[in-house]
Amino acid sequence: MTDVSDYRRQEDALDVTAPRQAIEHDGGLEQELLTINFGPHHPATHGVLRLLVTLEGEVVRDLKPIIGYVHTGIEKTAEDKSYWKVIPVVERMDYLAYYFNAMAYCGAVETLVDVEVPKRAQYLRVMHLELNRIMSHLVWLGTSALDLGAISMFWYCFRERETILDLFEMSSGQRMHTRYIQVGGVIEDIPAGFADRVRSFCEIMPDRVDSYLDLLAKNEIVLQRLRNVGTLGQEELLALGVSGPLLRAAGHPWDLRKAMPYSSYEDFDFKVPVGTIGDNYDRFFVRIAEMKESVKIIEQCLDGLPEGPHITEDRKVALPPRWELATSMEALIHHFKLVTEGFRVPPGEVYYPIESPRGELACFVRSDGSSKPARVHMRDPSFVNLQATAPMVKDLYIADLIATLAALDPILGGIDR
Amino acid sequence: MPDATGLELLAAELRESQPEGVQDTEHFRGKAALHIEPAAVRATLRFLRDKGFTTLASVHGLDYYPEEPRLGVQYELLSMADLDRITVKLRVPLDAARVESVTPDWPTANHQEREVYDMFGVVFDGHPDLRRILMPEDYEGFPQRRDFPIGGEPVLFTKDEAFGRDYTA
Repeated sequence: MTDVSDYRRQEDALDVTAPRQAIEHDGGLEQELLTINFGPHHPATHGVLRLLVTLEGEVVRDLKPIIGYVHTGIEKTAEDKSYWKVIPVVERMDYLAYYFNAMAYCGAVETLVDVEVPKRAQYLRVMHLELNRIMSHLVWLGTSALDLGAISMFWYCFRERETILDLFEMSSGQRMHTRYIQVGGVIEDIPAGFADRVRSFCEIMPDRVDSYLDLLAKNEIVLQRLRNVGTLGQEELLALGVSGPLLRAAGHPWDLRKAMPYSSYEDFDFKVPVGTIGDNYDRFFVRIAEMKESVKIIEQCLDGLPEGPHITEDRKVALPPRWELATSMEALIHHFKLVTEGFRVPPGEVYYPIESPRGELACFVRSDGSSKPARVHMRDPSFVNLQATAPMVKDLYIADLIATLAALDPILGGIDR
Repeated sequence: MPDATGLELLAAELRESQPEGVQDTEHFRGKAALHIEPAAVRATLRFLRDKGFTTLASVHGLDYYPEEPRLGVQYELLSMADLDRITVKLRVPLDAARVESVTPDWPTANHQEREVYDMFGVVFDGHPDLRRILMPEDYEGFPQRRDFPIGGEPVLFTKDEAFGRDYTA
């Protein structure tokens, strides 16, 4: 008997009629609650998110998110790698905010090692972080508008996203998961011509954001679908630990870049867009306004980019430059030690929070003194924000559940890790 | 961040209401932390909430293998008004890995405590819905523990389960 027919026999032997039950019907017209499964494979869930939705007619009465479908054990993998080899794996958690993942992780390790990051590296980091923020918001805007039925937004957003990915490719060689941010700085200084291309991007981007607004801001369908839908006030959001644009949409101006600046954010002049009541409309327009503010920060980065090294001169942490290896025995030893064993980190525990496109992204790193971290934990904003789905969509139509889920902007790679 | 002095004052005030609660204080890289008895977790977090630390930013689990007590749970508190952070750390032994849940006071802890339970096997008493969250429901073991090996994970095919075969092989 071949494998194929063996399998066919198994298939035929399965009794699929058993779960079917006779529907009891007493002739009345009373509504009853219906629990349906939604996902995990459904384009409107923005990833492999599964929802158990209890419906009364078309109205959502209860909702339970079920997650873990893309759990890949990145935190466990990180414990088996030396510190600098962890960067590429943590970047793959929240796959739309890879610079942020690397920044949170590297920031935590830098705090543990107590190494100072050169000013130029801090500015280069900020420039790439903000480009990444725009890119993440563009993907969100394109796919969310798609959920509302606006297919053209998707193409416009991905057009600008491509420009940003080209910039990433130019500065780091990769379009996604760039491994640009390193412990102690960034991997390489920006190449010749990069600044000009970023500048021309900064010139067109505000106009492009305006053209998105032309399409959306006075569109009757968009307004009807978003206004006063999925409203959740500040108090409930704070109790649920929600941060980022969702919290700012409810009028709370909490932004870690302003409140507790890291990586020289205190040098830049930018505004924190806030909404008023915290409905889907506010969530949309807070994020769109944030894109314009990010452009401002990038321009200031270019204007004020300090001279100096792009990575720390501390050879115990960062690789020596390539040319030094040919002339210096010491550099060769450092290079060898870093590549084989990695650097050792003094024992301690550090929690390093930054403002990602979705809220407070923090990396917790525990070191036991060896060259591998004893624990790496990401406080991912999507994971925490997801808890707000049920209160947001209660008593809404199922179509608005899709719109609210889109406005929530969960990234399942970050949730499941 | 509460500086070293501020942390000691905070700890002294906490000791008045919880004489056995505070084990130690720690100030590392400009960040304050309180080491507490597991039993005092809710009282401590409520006390800190009254001190302005109104946001629970994160809950994470740790395994200090081979040290004893092995498992750790940490709470990151944030004061948005004072722009301040403090960590509350506690340790529980493996054979009595039970901590009182703070979810009734801080709804945000719900998912995060479930994750700590899922990955480390710390049971949170009083949690409204303590189930596995990232790993499959029928998974055995707690994968983030330090003595849990990487790799060798069996692949589950439920078609084998239907025929009574060992579907974990």
